[in-house]
Amino acid sequence: MNFDFSDDQRMLRDQAQKFLTDQSPPRVVRDVLEDSAKAYDEKLWGEMAALGWMGTAIPEEYGGAGLCPEDLCVLAEELGRSLAPTPFSSSVYLATEALLLAGSEDQKQKYLPDLAMGETIGCFALAEGVGVPTPKNISVTASNGALSGVKEPVADGDVANFVVVLARSGAADERGMSLYLVDLDGVDRESVETIDPTRSHARLTFNGTSAELLGAEGEGWDLVQKIIDRAAVYFAFEQVGGAQASLDMAVDYAKNRFAFGRPIGSYQAIKHKLADMYIATELARSNAYYGAWAITTGAPDVSVAAAAARVAASEAFNHAARENIQTHGGMGFTWEFDCHMYYRRAKILSLNLGGERRWKDRLISQLEARNAA
Amino acid sequence: MDFNDTTSEAEFRVEARDWLASQVPKREPGQAYAVRRGDDALLPLAKEWQAKKFEANFAGINLPKEYGGRGDTRVEQIIFAQEEANFVTPPTVFGISHGMVVPTLLAYATEEQKQRYVPATLRGDEVWCQLFSEPAGGSDLAGLRTRSERDGDEWTVNGQKIWTSGGHYADLGVLVTRSDAGVEKHKGLTYFFIDMKSPGIEVRQIKQISGASHFNEVFFTDLKIPDSQRLGKEGEGWRVAITTLMNERVETGVRPAPDFDDIFALARDLVLEDGPAIADDAIRDQLADWYVQTRGVQLTRMRTMTAMSRGQQPGPENSIAKVVNSSKRQRIAQFGMDLMDMGGIVRDRASMPMESLFQDAMLDSPGNRIAAGTDEILRNVIGERVLGLPREVRVDKDKPFADLAALEK
Repeated sequence: MNFDFSDDQRMLRDQAQKFLTDQSPPRVVRDVLEDSAKAYDEKLWGEMAALGWMGTAIPEEYGGAGLCPEDLCVLAEELGRSLAPTPFSSSVYLATEALLLAGSEDQKQKYLPDLAMGETIGCFALAEGVGVPTPKNISVTASNGALSGVKEPVADGDVANFVVVLARSGAADERGMSLYLVDLDGVDRESVETIDPTRSHARLTFNGTSAELLGAEGEGWDLVQKIIDRAAVYFAFEQVGGAQASLDMAVDYAKNRFAFGRPIGSYQAIKHKLADMYIATELARSNAYYGAWAITTGAPDVSVAAAAARVAASEAFNHAARENIQTHGGMGFTWEFDCHMYYRRAKILSLNLGGERRWKDRLISQLEARNAA
Repeated sequence: MDFNDTTSEAEFRVEARDWLASQVPKREPGQAYAVRRGDDALLPLAKEWQAKKFEANFAGINLPKEYGGRGDTRVEQIIFAQEEANFVTPPTVFGISHGMVVPTLLAYATEEQKQRYVPATLRGDEVWCQLFSEPAGGSDLAGLRTRSERDGDEWTVNGQKIWTSGGHYADLGVLVTRSDAGVEKHKGLTYFFIDMKSPGIEVRQIKQISGASHFNEVFFTDLKIPDSQRLGKEGEGWRVAITTLMNERVETGVRPAPDFDDIFALARDLVLEDGPAIADDAIRDQLADWYVQTRGVQLTRMRTMTAMSRGQQPGPENSIAKVVNSSKRQRIAQFGMDLMDMGGIVRDRASMPMESLFQDAMLDSPGNRIAAGTDEILRNVIGERVLGLPREVRVDKDKPFADLAALEK
């Protein structure tokens, strides 16, 4: 057994870390945060594209690097650590994966080479406002190749070129759900303000918008489950990276900030808080590693692995980001310090694919199913 | 990454599994991992089981053949432990002997002593205890006060130890003493091994919350130890003790019970007012947390195992296992009883779910959070050694041990 990344993968991680330290420092993230006209950092996106990152897991025949999901996980951890303000997660973990999973040959030929080069940006639309999207309440409908209804919030919906949409094509049950590809040129889209402006979100209004089926009609619900299982692992790596960055930041502050004549990190109240952040981060890291292996090899318990990675990582990043602010004391809740950028990102990542409550329920359901098998 | 065994590992796994299946019953879900601990009548069973493993060449799997081991690596040792956990076996009373004492003997004993003691220990003929903690030196181990005085080739020891696991049945013990109170406290210690049947030793059992007595107080009155039983140099006992304790951190990886699988099984079996417990959202939410912790610890061990199989030192991530597992066990025990509602207070192996595993663990688990490094000490270890945080201010630093008592006035 060998439960670690390979030498090549570790080299990729080191290169990615160095690149992002230079190209995506907190100043770059803050520029996107503070400039309402900036949805993401286009220069950073361009340089990531030049490195071929968006095509990491796309087969060579479609213009990608033909590497495996584990390699993409390595990059995800570093992107999470640096809070890189780009539409990478929407375009790569969701839209690209949806096409790889369900796209026809024509669709793959049409979209994947441009996705691999970062010249096309894709996004993924599931949510319809407050609450949980289910086959019973999805209200965006499809008929005769046209969509009607509203999806919001859609991550990167304001900057993407196309969107993968879950819509109701038949009855209000699982078999009545289908996935569609929609060109976003000409679609009514409006930016929505979220808790984390470093990741842009939009409201998409379809009004008889022409759409193309992705996968077979009636298979949409099953496809979404497979897509979000895989995305959950990539998101988990971003969250682990973010948790580690929050921990590193808190440790650094605790070593250098003095109170009552001592560094605050020498007090057990702070030391034990940081130890707990470390524990949560390592538990999440180990669960995420297993998720990476499971999606790479198509292990039978991939759904259990994905849900466990997701639950552990959402908990770890939210925990680490909260306690990082607490460790910084008064300065921690100022706009000036960077703590809040992690705090915002932690919460948005833990909701983007569905909240913690729902993933915990999903994990137990998957364990019940495995147990019954 | 590759979770599959190598060819030789797979062969070893099959060999271990087949042999185990020929010897002991397979463990059913929700069943205890071992015949329950705490009953001294189980000691002969434990010794008999250990001798069988030794004869079948499954003892000291990662230890050299010349001392009775198998000469394989830690990986095979872990594989055997994984397979053994699928069976119900007699309780383990050899954790300290094999996990902590044998590595210390191999590092510090003479060749003759190694030949004399290691094979007999691996066979389970002789059981060891660890005489470290004292009333005045638990978490602050180097605060220990048991005195040793040298006279030629013989030492005389007076003092008291406490929390000595298995001291009442141990044949031998490893002992840290203060041989020089005039120097800084870590520098005046000397380490020995002793025969527990020597004159001058009195062992008194301590009754725990659970009613069981795993631990003892051990009193020394003019105990005589030949200098040949000293391990390490005079005054360098702290270094030897660290060797013993380093192995404790790896060794305390025993499976906690009840763990996730047990509470998951209980939640599936129990019917509450609105149907099966597992259908309750609050219960599902709690179970999910314990699953990711349990799995996280198991997987973290696999990362450690990967590092060890490459010849690297275990990474710092392994230090989290005990902190997580001991609290989790206590909380699962209490939660399981809560699911049983009013009837959950009954402690009866014959009638209660899973042979009263939850009730027994509720009473037993507080000790897990204290023994072998308290939750608080382990968080200090993580904070200081892993995260590199500054140490607590130490008022006992650089002072002769003899002057420290004044600090407590």
